[in-house]
Amino acid sequence: MNAPSPIELVCPAGGLPALKAAVDNGANCVYAGFKDDTNARNFTGLNFDDAGLKEGIRYAHDRGVKVLIALNTYPQSENWSRWTAAVDRAADYGVDAIILADIGLMDYAHRTHPQLRLHLSVQGSATNYEAINFYRERFGIQRAVLPRVLSMAQVEQVVKNTPVEIEVFGFGGLCVMVEGRCALSAYATGTSPNCNGACSPGKAVRWEQTPQGMETRLNGILIDRFADGERTGYPTICKGRFEVDEETYYAIEEPASLNTLELLPDLLRIGIRAIKIEGRQRSPAYVAQVTKIWRDAIDNCLRDAGHFAAKAAWMAELNKVSEGQSYTLGAYNRPWK
Amino acid sequence: MKLSLGPLQYYWPRQQTLDFYASVADMPVDIVYIGETVCSRRHELRLDDYLDVAAKLAEAGKEVALSTLTLIESESDLKALRRIVDNGKFAVEANEMGAVRLLAEKKIPFVAGPTLNVFNSHTLSLLAGMGAQRWVMPPEASRDLLAGIEKSKPAGMATEVFAHGRVPLAYSARCFTARRYSLQKDNCEFKCIDFPDGMMVRTREHEDFLSLNGIQTMSAKVYNLLADLPELAAAGVDILRISPEPNGTGDTLNAFRDRLAGGKATLAGDFCNGFWHGRPGLELIGKAA
Repeated sequence: MNAPSPIELVCPAGGLPALKAAVDNGANCVYAGFKDDTNARNFTGLNFDDAGLKEGIRYAHDRGVKVLIALNTYPQSENWSRWTAAVDRAADYGVDAIILADIGLMDYAHRTHPQLRLHLSVQGSATNYEAINFYRERFGIQRAVLPRVLSMAQVEQVVKNTPVEIEVFGFGGLCVMVEGRCALSAYATGTSPNCNGACSPGKAVRWEQTPQGMETRLNGILIDRFADGERTGYPTICKGRFEVDEETYYAIEEPASLNTLELLPDLLRIGIRAIKIEGRQRSPAYVAQVTKIWRDAIDNCLRDAGHFAAKAAWMAELNKVSEGQSYTLGAYNRPWK
Repeated sequence: MKLSLGPLQYYWPRQQTLDFYASVADMPVDIVYIGETVCSRRHELRLDDYLDVAAKLAEAGKEVALSTLTLIESESDLKALRRIVDNGKFAVEANEMGAVRLLAEKKIPFVAGPTLNVFNSHTLSLLAGMGAQRWVMPPEASRDLLAGIEKSKPAGMATEVFAHGRVPLAYSARCFTARRYSLQKDNCEFKCIDFPDGMMVRTREHEDFLSLNGIQTMSAKVYNLLADLPELAAAGVDILRISPEPNGTGDTLNAFRDRLAGGKATLAGDFCNGFWHGRPGLELIGKAA
């Protein structure tokens, strides 16, 4: 096993090739899900069956990398046993932690598998230390993933007031809404991140070349229209262009990725325990590229935080794989709010 | 079934808000939730003002609950939360788990608000054990989801369902009203006060789609379960929540009250009710009202 890192790099594994890419390029942890709506990336072709997960766990553990399983959607009374079975499977396979959002499921996991490490998912919407300490006292969670809504000072305030390890998003697609508190997809398509594990599902998406340009629709609703030569984007409601009064613009958020690489020294200083890379729906090549750069950056920062600067080459490579080919510091940078 | 008036989602000028609640005293509503649930920067009414409003409504025979902020980010948000929890007089609707922690610690009974994400009876039972006496179903949940919970609902737990008003769909750290004016949230000039029912977002085909209310995104259509009342009653719903709108809140309450008494009152508007029917929220299933 590698020596424990003071800050862990947590990378996405939408499938076995991505898992191996993350492990080979320097991830400390990979996170993955089962092939159903028990996780928040419930997309066709993604995630792990039992054989794949066993192999993935073996591959990761042989190389000193932890495997975390996301079971971070909200079970309903009628399908409750599918979620508890998923908790049992994850425990049986010897995963290093499970990532949960629903307190009913947390209670089940805590009682049934007391040795199993629990992480609070970003889908739990815990943005303050009172909430995070609630999950610790009641269900023994050891780590919480913060929603992408807090400024650096607010994140620091959380870290100072809880014994729970804090994980933040470092790079990838940016939910501008508080995770776990967004029903936009449910409103437009009937598919909800909270209950179905998907936002803007492929089955509701339509791309159509028209005389006005390429149009993207979600369940028939026009989300955006792109001029010839303009870079098109997936029709996620919060990243569409709409009319307010007479103006047409990105009324909620531009399609940009979160990239906090330049904030690494601050994240280290305030005691962040882990940095998460978003993108289980992205390719193994994306995972390899982003993991490699972040590993390099974290190692650089750990050697000498005082002289750390985000290298132009890192930023350029990360921008290439960014949504919209641009990036934002998101809520960490207060003016963004 | 009882009727409740949910917390005011919008930011109205002080006098308009006070006048509104003065009129609520005469409306046919049993329970009134008050307090700021959307944005901590809004301050036309402070907690003391809300406590005054609560006292007047209580005198008028209403049951009153104070609703807490949905997104708590800062230490000052937590201070405000603690003052609400410690108010000593009125019930509290908890809208995130920080509030639940404080209320449970002090053994104060509470209402589990719509943003606590209760989607199964195991979660509801845990909250009951912590002091929840009533829960508000998340607006995105359906009648089928409710049926699953009702089967093994904890004893004494009352069910409240969002039944009328623009649906609160999402919360963000970012203020979309300020963004419209290229203002930062910290210096937002309180622009949302100019939009008594939010700022309309239309598709590029000019169809009403969403309403921006500060950091909150709402449905453009008004959710309306008036026509679904028999089903709501059969499903075991105890309380119907009406969300305040700048116009017609009294008419809405009258219509629901009339229907509950066997009348045939109707409402007019661009309605939706899809969530209740397990469909996309913006759909309208069956007759409007």
